[in-house]
Amino acid sequence: MIRVVLPAHLRTLARVDGEVELRVAGQATQRLVLDALEERYPMLRGTIRDHLSGQRRAFVRFFACEQDLSHELPDTPLPDAVALGCEPFLVVGAMAGG
Amino acid sequence: MSGVRVLAGTRKGAFILTADGKRERWDVSGPHFGGWEIYHLKGSPADPARLYASQSNSWFGQLIQRSDDGGETWEPVGNQFRYDGVPGTHQWYDGTPHPWEFARVWHLEPSLTDPDTVYAGVEDAALFRSVDGGQEWHELPGLRGHGSGPAWQPGGGGMCLHTIVLDPSDPGRIFVAISAAGAFRTDDGGKTWRPINRGLRSEGIPDPDAEVGHCVHRIAAHPSRPGVLFMQKHWDVMRSDDAGESWHEVSGNLPTDFGFPIDVHPDEPDTVYVVPIKSDSEHYPPEGKLRVYRSRTGGNEWEPLTNGLPQSNCYVNVLRDAMAVDSLDSCGVYFGTTGGQVYVSADAGDSWRLIVRDLPAVLSVEVQTLP
Repeated sequence: MIRVVLPAHLRTLARVDGEVELRVAGQATQRLVLDALEERYPMLRGTIRDHLSGQRRAFVRFFACEQDLSHELPDTPLPDAVALGCEPFLVVGAMAGG
Repeated sequence: MSGVRVLAGTRKGAFILTADGKRERWDVSGPHFGGWEIYHLKGSPADPARLYASQSNSWFGQLIQRSDDGGETWEPVGNQFRYDGVPGTHQWYDGTPHPWEFARVWHLEPSLTDPDTVYAGVEDAALFRSVDGGQEWHELPGLRGHGSGPAWQPGGGGMCLHTIVLDPSDPGRIFVAISAAGAFRTDDGGKTWRPINRGLRSEGIPDPDAEVGHCVHRIAAHPSRPGVLFMQKHWDVMRSDDAGESWHEVSGNLPTDFGFPIDVHPDEPDTVYVVPIKSDSEHYPPEGKLRVYRSRTGGNEWEPLTNGLPQSNCYVNVLRDAMAVDSLDSCGVYFGTTGGQVYVSADAGDSWRLIVRDLPAVLSVEVQTLP
């Protein structure tokens, strides 16, 4: 089970409280986690990554295990601690936004 | 008893202000979508319970929200605005070519007859339409692609399509305005477009009376006389009596002819409202006096309306989409300011009162007249 922490505005949009738990088949990657997230919460499409290109929006960052994963390739495996559900995958609004 | 619902979009959320027909006691609801920029929200003329809102911020981009109960509840609908074909380039601020990039929806204009049909004016400038209540959006590419697009350039707020006027007498005719490109018209429901800027003069472009390149701030028309258009341009208040084929200046005795909004009295097609702003860099009222100017002669002769408005130390702006009129017997006029005030006049501008103050900067004001 992958644990995803969304920023407040996206929790409101998706109407969720707290963390989101997702199942991902196979090796967990950013792409698969975000695919699963958008599948369950279609209203999030386009808010984290571009509809067409799939690129991360400029003011969105991805953190986990105290590391910045924003610039990892989308198909790079996530850290084991995230894949095992020990640590959450954080979707974060950049400090410069808002 | 009849009433009104005022829809105010602000930098940090939407507010819904309601009152009965006297327009004296107001209920303020909001912020809806707190923390998000609400560039515009508007109700369907065909179904007042159907509202559309443009919600965006720099983090998470564009969302469109729809309400089917007059703003009590909202549902996100489609937010994919994909330019048709290869977007091409327009001019950047420095005149160099710059690729078309979607930034946000500035203005939503619901159909006059079908609650599920709604137009969206976007930045970078293009016109989109949804016919399924906002779920899917498709560009009307004839506007952006008619040939002059590479000469369009951004105004101070970006290169935005901010005004959409639907002609109630002719379903095929739509007027739009773009900063800084000018006004355009279609007569075939959006398939083909042409610029309608003859008579405009702008000093900020190499050829002051060029076919395109003008920073039109707002266009308004009276429903009973849709061929007569009033325009607040970057500088100059203009009028056309032939559906935009030609324009002439009607700034007359205004203290300054720079400004953003312009609107027309619902029962008097020659009664027009503007809010003069000091200059293109000094975006506040001249002399610190907030004055709406009204012409009852279709322009040229203007009178200041000051009763109830601050007449000293007022340095707010009134943005292009932040003025509206209702259709009650005694005409209501509304506007919002960048200082977060929303004002109402229940007597066509003769006197004003504050509905609410200290909101986030007001980006847009619309009003629905309810049965």
